[in-house]
Amino acid sequence: MSSTEQLLSINNLHTGFRIKDTYFDAVDGVSISLKKNEILAIVGESGCGKSTLATSIIGLHDHNKTRVEGEIIYKGINLAVLDEEKFNKVRGEEIGMIFQDPLSALNPLMRIGDQIEEGLAFHTKMSKEERDKRVLELLTQVGISNPTRIAKQFPHQLSGGMRQRVIIAIAISCKPNIIIADEPTTALDVTIQAQILDLLKDLQAETGSGIILITHDLGVVAEVADRVAVMYAGQIIEEAPVEELFANPLHPYTRSLFNSIPQMNSENEKLQVIRGIVPSLTNLPRTGCRFSARIPWISEKMHEENPSMHEVSPGHLVRCTCWQHFHFESEEGGIAR
Amino acid sequence: MSFMQINDLKVYYPIRGGFFNTVVDQVTAVDGISLEFEKGKAYGLVGESGCGKSTTGKSIIGLEKITSGSIIYEGENVTDNRRGRGSSYNRDIQMIFQDAHSSLNPRKRVQDIIAEPIRNFLKLSPDEEKRRINELLAIVGMNEDAKLKYPHEFSGGQKQRIGIARAIACNPKLIIADEPVSALDLSVQAQVLNFMKDIQQEFGLSYLFISHDLGVVKHMCDHISIMYKGRFVESGSRQDIYTNPQHIYTKRLLSAIPDVNPVGREERKKERIEVESNYAANHKNYYDENGKVYDLKKLSMTHYVAMSAHEKGGI
Repeated sequence: MSSTEQLLSINNLHTGFRIKDTYFDAVDGVSISLKKNEILAIVGESGCGKSTLATSIIGLHDHNKTRVEGEIIYKGINLAVLDEEKFNKVRGEEIGMIFQDPLSALNPLMRIGDQIEEGLAFHTKMSKEERDKRVLELLTQVGISNPTRIAKQFPHQLSGGMRQRVIIAIAISCKPNIIIADEPTTALDVTIQAQILDLLKDLQAETGSGIILITHDLGVVAEVADRVAVMYAGQIIEEAPVEELFANPLHPYTRSLFNSIPQMNSENEKLQVIRGIVPSLTNLPRTGCRFSARIPWISEKMHEENPSMHEVSPGHLVRCTCWQHFHFESEEGGIAR
Repeated sequence: MSFMQINDLKVYYPIRGGFFNTVVDQVTAVDGISLEFEKGKAYGLVGESGCGKSTTGKSIIGLEKITSGSIIYEGENVTDNRRGRGSSYNRDIQMIFQDAHSSLNPRKRVQDIIAEPIRNFLKLSPDEEKRRINELLAIVGMNEDAKLKYPHEFSGGQKQRIGIARAIACNPKLIIADEPVSALDLSVQAQVLNFMKDIQQEFGLSYLFISHDLGVVKHMCDHISIMYKGRFVESGSRQDIYTNPQHIYTKRLLSAIPDVNPVGREERKKERIEVESNYAANHKNYYDENGKVYDLKKLSMTHYVAMSAHEKGGI
């Protein structure tokens, strides 16, 4: 990280969905910031609110069904309350997004070149010739070898990896300061995944933008991220620089998650299973430590009443105090660390 | 001793076209693979999407027509009788599907879903059937009141376990598991994998584990085959594949897997790029002029690699 300039800061963000006239917060008080030149990974299992967080930042929620409260500060503007017309200027130009499924994110009836051009036409004053030139430039930049031919093709004619490259080209077309990548490689094969991740990293080094990478794959996090936030049940429960988090995970959830990965270098041992299930949105416990129900062998007294984030070492934050007393069910009691 | 052999299995899909809708070309989905299954062992089939691994699984169980090749089950050629109601093959080979949700009939209760193979293959009285269903639910760690529920009332991991209960209902010998955990979250995935291992030990099951996740395959399988364009590029024990990969494609696949350790990721990236350029440069040493993988050559008792004839052992 050459620069520590803050790009985006999110303060106490709540995003709730309306279910039968009541709002249920899927993102429940998230505060986090993104610096320039940084890849921030947000990790969690399905239903933890990580994608909702992403769509809140880029304002893709229907305000009739969703309530977004809190602050998303970008260049002094609060994106959470920005009206649609102004948001359209931010979307694409300032913040780009890469979606999970590259096929459904592309228009099947439009040629690749036209789809990339769309954003340029809206956000810039380039002439048609300039835009055409820029499209070819972008396609080359994302590693497509014959851009003139690809620009004239339709999405179905491309492979999954190529489509994802096109999506990335669209996302970076207006040189946004922030790129949000929501599970960019989940739909791809491992070899393609490695290529796309390397590409993202290279692009970031070139443009100096900040990337928010949303994923459930801890391997991907270890390969590209600079800083990691782990989410559970709508809250961030641990946040740390990547080396720190992988070397010294503290929160019981993070530790359990690490123990349930079938690793390349472990043989035949039992995988750790997290007891119980992720609580659904409507019956999420709103008070106390949200992970406590899944570690019942840790006594209630070890949890905080209103768990807050504690800074354990510089940059390493953990929610609740239960980590100090946590041990795996199979281990002996007592203080683990 | 192996109880089942697959010899030179080929599955081609015709491409029709022209005026009379005649066969103009064909897609070689599976192009001559051979496998042997031993009791209590787990076999992994790994490859990128479109390499033919799922087609292999489906053609073994009989959901896909076999173009040529044979399947010998307990000394008997069952190639043309895979779906025969009376054949023991149909009972002893079962399958677990990738998408647990769509593999369960949404209009049937769990008890009817699990009872289906029992009703087809075993002649049990209603009482015995009920007992067997309870037993199966207990094996997969589910409550007895789950019996009367419908599939949509369960979570992803639970649905996958119902699928497993159905697969093991008739005490099969081989279970073909086509990406059984790739749709599940990490913690649920661990649950299902642990459980599959448990029942493997308890009942001496064999698995054909089809996956693109090399970490999961390593955790589960004794013997691993890497597939590319319908053919095996390398086949060997877990140690052979992971510690001594010979084929450039295997190396490429292994180098692409993200390691759960941020330390040394820059070196890994360099290595990956090197393997990738190696792959591009030496492509023709590993594939013939049509881009087809060579036949497998024996390297050791367990380890087979696809190499050209003039390059014996000297890669």
